[in-house]
Amino acid sequence: MPEKRGMVVFPVDPRERPPSVLVTGGRVIDPVNGIDDYLTMALAEGVVAGVGKAAPEGFQPEVTIDAKGMWVVPGLMDMHVHLREPGSEDKETIATGTQAAAAGGFTALACMPNTNPALDEESKIRYVIQRSEQCPCRVFPVGAITTDLAGEKLAPFGEMVRAGARAFSDDGHSVRNSYMMRNAFNYSKSFGVPLICHCEDHTLTGNRHMNESAMSTRLGIRGIPSIAEEIIVARDIMIAEYTGARVHIAHVTTAGAVHIVREAKARGAAVTCETCPHYFTFVDEDLATYDTNKKMNPPLRTPRDRQAVIDGLADGTIDVIASDHAPHCAEEKDVEFAAAAFGVIGLETSLAAAITRLIDTGALMPSDLVEKMSVAPNRILNLDGGALSRSAPADVTIIDPSAQWTVDPSAFFSKSRNAPFAGMAMRGRAHATILGGRPVFSR
Amino acid sequence: MPLSIQHLLGLEGVSKSDITHILDTADSFYEVLQREIKVVPTLRGKTIVNLFYEPSTRTRFSFELAEKRLSGSPLNFSASTSSVKKGESLKDTVRNIAAMKIDMVVVRHGAAGVPYFLTQCTDAVIVNAGDGLHEHPTQSLLDMMTIRRHFGKLEGCKVAIVGDIWHSRVARSNAWGMKTMGMDVTLCGPPTFLPQHPESLGVRVTDNLDDALDGVNVVMMLRVQFERQGTGLFPSIREYRERYGLDRERLSRLPAELIVMHPGPINRGIELASNVADCEQSVVLDQVTNGVAVRMAVLYLLGGGESA
Repeated sequence: MPEKRGMVVFPVDPRERPPSVLVTGGRVIDPVNGIDDYLTMALAEGVVAGVGKAAPEGFQPEVTIDAKGMWVVPGLMDMHVHLREPGSEDKETIATGTQAAAAGGFTALACMPNTNPALDEESKIRYVIQRSEQCPCRVFPVGAITTDLAGEKLAPFGEMVRAGARAFSDDGHSVRNSYMMRNAFNYSKSFGVPLICHCEDHTLTGNRHMNESAMSTRLGIRGIPSIAEEIIVARDIMIAEYTGARVHIAHVTTAGAVHIVREAKARGAAVTCETCPHYFTFVDEDLATYDTNKKMNPPLRTPRDRQAVIDGLADGTIDVIASDHAPHCAEEKDVEFAAAAFGVIGLETSLAAAITRLIDTGALMPSDLVEKMSVAPNRILNLDGGALSRSAPADVTIIDPSAQWTVDPSAFFSKSRNAPFAGMAMRGRAHATILGGRPVFSR
Repeated sequence: MPLSIQHLLGLEGVSKSDITHILDTADSFYEVLQREIKVVPTLRGKTIVNLFYEPSTRTRFSFELAEKRLSGSPLNFSASTSSVKKGESLKDTVRNIAAMKIDMVVVRHGAAGVPYFLTQCTDAVIVNAGDGLHEHPTQSLLDMMTIRRHFGKLEGCKVAIVGDIWHSRVARSNAWGMKTMGMDVTLCGPPTFLPQHPESLGVRVTDNLDDALDGVNVVMMLRVQFERQGTGLFPSIREYRERYGLDRERLSRLPAELIVMHPGPINRGIELASNVADCEQSVVLDQVTNGVAVRMAVLYLLGGGESA
């Protein structure tokens, strides 16, 4: 079984009966059921047997977890992950990515379709689901909007939904053609699934490598302007509203984009959105040393944008915190800045970043964190996770909110090391992860 | 007296005393260059690699000449003749070269930040000969040397830099360096050639050439690249020349003491009329001469050579 410096990820054997587990002494935070209290939780046969002042009458635990000082929450979900399989198994595989997820406290993730080949038809969705069956984290594939993500031909949503796709996205690209996007939104309505939009006007971003700002002027790097994101955020929301479809905006990074989503929500549009830990932690000024592990798309923005993202999280404009976990090999990052690949990993730092940057600063309450890292992504993808209701699947994350640690990528379960948080002091992390009643990670 | 910097990566953040020291040293090398024997032994035994990933004639020759006149041993590497074509990474190339025990690397590269990146790959002293749109510090130093030799001082001198500011590492280095030296800098060009966010440079920016030229001692014209014509950055060479070119007529309205500079290569008849390029007020060839002296000074001061 995979092990790193005292941390263990256990494989899942579906033939084995899940043990009965009692979690005692923890602060159970379950916003869906209105619970935030020091309670005991019992798990049996892979489902929640009860949450209460004491264990259910006659409950015989095979495993007891002392959760004193811990938060006990519905299993976290990361709805924006690149698992890289098939095609780029040198960066990450479904096996290593789900181990990283379990170690990061996630019991579920949604993986993006920009693999090679792209996840643009039923057989490829099935491949990912089959490959994830014994993995320590549930995997929900996102299918492509257009065949091969090329923006030209609508991909078969129906057969992919049948195979298990939960949303559609051409992540990494925007669908350039507004007519195609209109058709995609319209067609998606038959399945009740959202389109997840990577918002980028490509005519404004070619051969550009960081945010366009005073910092890009200083560094002499061609800048990606904030309007490149905002133009497509506005467009895609407008098309979704016009067609009556659901839209989820991926990785919101600018003050303008937060504003556009806020206005759309105020008029009742069916829009949700996410941001990533690096956008509420770093700013473009952190690129003074041309650190390629802080190069991603969309790029790190200005301090004003970062504050707008934090404000958007606090007032509910931003529904979800997702990692946009994007593994790359060292040789794609250990190069001059302009030649470096876009993307950073985050599965094993997301939770700590959210606690350190949002909870400890008072921007969010712990229940908000559960909302944005478990409840909302489950709701957006029409999944039944995100609550510790009786008989719900026993997907549980036990969080040690006060653990002090320093990010050391060499101890990651992920195959890649391109972590912007490397070397940073953090507070909080997953103490144990339980998937379908089975402990899959502990430290 | 050594410099407080270990490498010359750019002029942003380089102190006034370091720049002054480089310019003073360059002046003494300028005297050396007037002698019959133009060679001094100060970098004897030092190996300097000229690592040029972008085509360059003037800068590469100038560095090579400076190295030879300091008795250093130059090694020339250019991207077209190297293993770069076989797909070797920049880091591997530099580590391989460094493994041959070299002392200094003079680097030109199309990507901003490469000189800084090289300091992370090797212990050799790094001198930036131009990185992307970022900096070209020795060009700015030779510009300041030329201005100082002409006017006897830098403090208070008023300079207009005109042209494709956004794509110019010369404009950036001069903005930093000249501001540090107490000069008054204005950057001028069509709005499509100006940075969207110029505030970090801390100098005046305008799209009006007549405003930019008001009261200046120095006008520096930048090369406008033909290939940008018709890309949406500017409509035509003709319109550019009319709005931002320096011709006799425009020059005649300016004070006779004003000097005209250009980092080269000149597009005659576009940013600079031919008769302006060759006029008495033009110091373009002085810039080239001073370039060798300034690069000798930089290599000498960073290379830890014996006294001149």
